[in-house]
Amino acid sequence: MELSETHKLPARTHTGAWRRWVAGGLLVAVVLWAFTGMPALAIKPNAQRIGGAIIAGIFHPDWSYVYTGDGEDLVSTLLQTVAIAFAGTFISAIVSLPFAFWAARGKHKFWLVSRSGKFLLTAIRTFPEIVLALMFIKAVGPSAFAGVLAVGFHSVGMLAKLFSEAIENLDNGAGEAVTAAGGTHLDTTMLATIPQLLPEFVSNTLYRFELAIRSASILGIVGAGGVGTPLIFAISSRAWSRVGIILLGIVIMVTLVDFISGTVRKRLV
Amino acid sequence: MEMSEHTQPRPTPPAAPQLPKKPFAWERLAVTVLMIGGLVWSGVETQVNVGQFVANFGQFTQILAEMCRPDWSYVSYVVAPLIETIKMAVIGTAIGAGIAFPYAFLVSRNVVTNRFVTGLFRFILNIIRTIPDLLLAALFVAVVGIGPVAGIITLAIFTFGMVGKLFFEAVETIDEGPIEALRAAGANQWEIVRYAVVPQVMGFFVSYTLYAFEINVRASTVLGYVGAGGIGVFLQQNLGQFRYDRVSLMVLVIFAVVLVIDYVSSKTREALL
Repeated sequence: MELSETHKLPARTHTGAWRRWVAGGLLVAVVLWAFTGMPALAIKPNAQRIGGAIIAGIFHPDWSYVYTGDGEDLVSTLLQTVAIAFAGTFISAIVSLPFAFWAARGKHKFWLVSRSGKFLLTAIRTFPEIVLALMFIKAVGPSAFAGVLAVGFHSVGMLAKLFSEAIENLDNGAGEAVTAAGGTHLDTTMLATIPQLLPEFVSNTLYRFELAIRSASILGIVGAGGVGTPLIFAISSRAWSRVGIILLGIVIMVTLVDFISGTVRKRLV
Repeated sequence: MEMSEHTQPRPTPPAAPQLPKKPFAWERLAVTVLMIGGLVWSGVETQVNVGQFVANFGQFTQILAEMCRPDWSYVSYVVAPLIETIKMAVIGTAIGAGIAFPYAFLVSRNVVTNRFVTGLFRFILNIIRTIPDLLLAALFVAVVGIGPVAGIITLAIFTFGMVGKLFFEAVETIDEGPIEALRAAGANQWEIVRYAVVPQVMGFFVSYTLYAFEINVRASTVLGYVGAGGIGVFLQQNLGQFRYDRVSLMVLVIFAVVLVIDYVSSKTREALL
């Protein structure tokens, strides 16, 4: 190699640079296309007034609604929301297990088996939770139980996917060690497989629980229990100070649950 | 041990090597009790009634049976609102990610050293992230009126919260070397961000934005339920009229679109990175 070459800065690699330009250009084009035909921010004339009223309501929350004792107050509906998320996640964690083993790669002779499992889970994930809730309401009536079923069913799509990934990433070494030491199939499962999978399962389930709390506070919109019902009533009756206190309650509930769940998950890993 | 048979206790032998004790045995028990207690409590609270579910299961299977015969003739009605949905997701993602980009630098402790500023803006970001999208949409429908604008604002806020959180965490884990080098060479704050931070995190930003877009496409399909535009409006109408054949067609179409969008998005990610 000649000396003069070594003193130069290395030339910038341009391999794939044109692909980046094309993709970037397409991206800009897509965004521009999206703006075509959109109502040019056709905002209602009194939007500012309503927005102001909402903000005023959030800063002057209706404290009397926090607890009234009739079961329709903020604390009761928030507790019901947590209960829907908890029961729903619990059900789906159990239901997810067989689906996870079905969808996990490397456990079956035929690739089609795990592929079909993954496809089914994607389909479940895409099925809108609101539609599910309405179907369950037809079956069990407009109650928190319908919310539990909707959350439980919908969560399977994501939980089983996460579980199956945990199973795929399983380290075979521990299992082989148990077999080498004379362990039976049951020993391998109890001493190698389950101890490895359990922390992941619990961690994924807790993560899903955090998301389920958000779902459970939405489902009240269609009458499947939880804090969504009083919120949607308060919005439609323009009771902004009540909207304010409910939003405040949701923010506190979600923050608390995220904090507790996050702390537990950190200890597990 | 035969300790009791001897009047004079022998000096205890050195402890034989034992298996290490499993830690947190109590904790595990407490968690188990808590879980079972939580299950019982949540079951009572939500009035879980398995018998009722089993008894009325026929209702459910009847809906499923209706859903198995999608109304294909409805496709032509679905296309226009579906395109509006995708447009909403694109605009919402673009606006939200556009705001999240500078905001993430504002809350990163290795870029902005003032703890009060980062703490305050992080607090705002965390609060925004707690409110579920459909509730935000319901609020914005009340403010700006029925239509896609409410959906776009909702998706923009949702994207902002999600991309902002993920992106500032990426910014905080970058290699400090280039920052120090530029600072040593006399660069100002702007130059440090431009030449030391941005090149390291641009890939993360693109990746998170595309991820947010995938989620937004899914989310935007139901926002219409509360009047925030897109295909959700039709979903709500047909659910109200118990037209499950049309509902299932829409679910199928949404599923197909989500698969295509996920594929395109992953290809875009590959091309850009």
